[in-house]
Amino acid sequence: MAASAIELRGVNKWYDTFHVLKDIDLTVASGEKVVICGPSGSGKSTVVRCINKLEPHDTGIIRVFGQEITNDPRSYSAMQGDLGMVFQQFNLFPHLSVLENLTLGPTKALGLNRKEAEERARRYLERVRIPDQADKRPSQLSGGQQQRVAIARALCMEPKVLLFDEPTSALDPEMIAEVLDVMITLAQDGMTMVVVTHEMGFARKVADKMVFMDGGEIVEQGPPDHFFTTPKSERCKTFLSQILQH
Amino acid sequence: MRISSFLALASLAVLAGCGSSATWGWYVIDPTTAAGWTNIKFLISGMGDTILISVIAAVISIVLGLLVALPGLSEKRGWRIVNRVYVELIRAIPLLPMLFWVFYGLPIIFRSMGLNVPIDPFWGAIITLALSDSAFTAEIYRAGIQSIAKGQREAAQTVGLSYAQTMRYVILPQAIRRILPPLANQFIYIVKMSAFASVIGMQELTRRANELVVTEYRPLEIYTLLILEYLILVLLISAGVRWLERRMGSDERS
Repeated sequence: MAASAIELRGVNKWYDTFHVLKDIDLTVASGEKVVICGPSGSGKSTVVRCINKLEPHDTGIIRVFGQEITNDPRSYSAMQGDLGMVFQQFNLFPHLSVLENLTLGPTKALGLNRKEAEERARRYLERVRIPDQADKRPSQLSGGQQQRVAIARALCMEPKVLLFDEPTSALDPEMIAEVLDVMITLAQDGMTMVVVTHEMGFARKVADKMVFMDGGEIVEQGPPDHFFTTPKSERCKTFLSQILQH
Repeated sequence: MRISSFLALASLAVLAGCGSSATWGWYVIDPTTAAGWTNIKFLISGMGDTILISVIAAVISIVLGLLVALPGLSEKRGWRIVNRVYVELIRAIPLLPMLFWVFYGLPIIFRSMGLNVPIDPFWGAIITLALSDSAFTAEIYRAGIQSIAKGQREAAQTVGLSYAQTMRYVILPQAIRRILPPLANQFIYIVKMSAFASVIGMQELTRRANELVVTEYRPLEIYTLLILEYLILVLLISAGVRWLERRMGSDERS
């Protein structure tokens, strides 16, 4: 069995008195594609944000490639190169060109020189199919292009795992496909991915494991064919019927 | 109604009476006469020190303000308290007493610690202005940095940038354009407040005016010229800031 890339054991988190994550157990193997879905407010984004320490967790254990991630900054600076992140709102740096967005991390955090970083950036821009936009500002691109730049920015750090937090939710419908296409290509190339999304067509195509969350807990998880055809819980059935009826 | 208009007329009469001995005497600053020209040159000679004090104080305040603002943005409560105490305390002290404290008080404190640190009027004025202004600068930075979306910091973190790198390459370059106009306001404030340096003997614009008033007895005319001198300085600053904003405007998002 492949070594686990990410492991969560009994993770709990509270916002004041609100229990956002309840005893989360989740394992992501190397090369595995995990899709997390569920109604809004179910805690699915929080899971992803706790894994890469954008938010602290309160109890339980999170391990990234065997290394425990605590809330001590030193523990996660080591794993940061291992995890790439794509946000719902892209979060590109608006004052920098596309190329500069891509080279900032590699030059400042990885110590690449400018030439190496630019070569790498152009390679990944090619991979997300916008090689000709390198010198533009993010604001000059469409939403779909911006999100693909954000994916390229994450790839430039050459992470072992890519985390996606609702990558298509902020996009106009006609731009969703171009982003999903890029993500499918990444999946086919063997990237380990954890994707929070409502795009069930994408999930069916790439997911090795489906996770359904509701009310801060993982209600159900399993391979997609079971998940979509014979969901065990009522809540999951209801959710799927709501999301798939269109 | 009739009584109030009578009172108004009466007070006007009193005012006019007060002014009866004070007619205009623009001759003191008449550039066409040798004496007037000498006076003007004397008044303007304070310009250099006013500019120098203000610029140095502003530079110190811009650096100090950032150093004070950063703990105010910390997640840790202790750091935020340090920021609050500094800002509330410094902001509350009027400039004149603070000037006395720096100029006369600090050397005494240093001496009691066995240190001999003389503070001359030049540095006394600069320290006071920079200190007083830094509390306001800090608040400007805090607001400017907080106005940059949280996602920017998170994105920087996910591409491995440290806190200092995030500030330098991501947050501050975006915040600076929002920070610049209020910072320019503060610089104008410094220029005008530098007039207080006259009371500890700094030979700047206001001190020159005061000295000339003592010998010429024409305060109204001399202070009018003083107002013009500050006006010119302030207009120059405004023009400079507008130029800077235009230059920065080119690399802001459209």
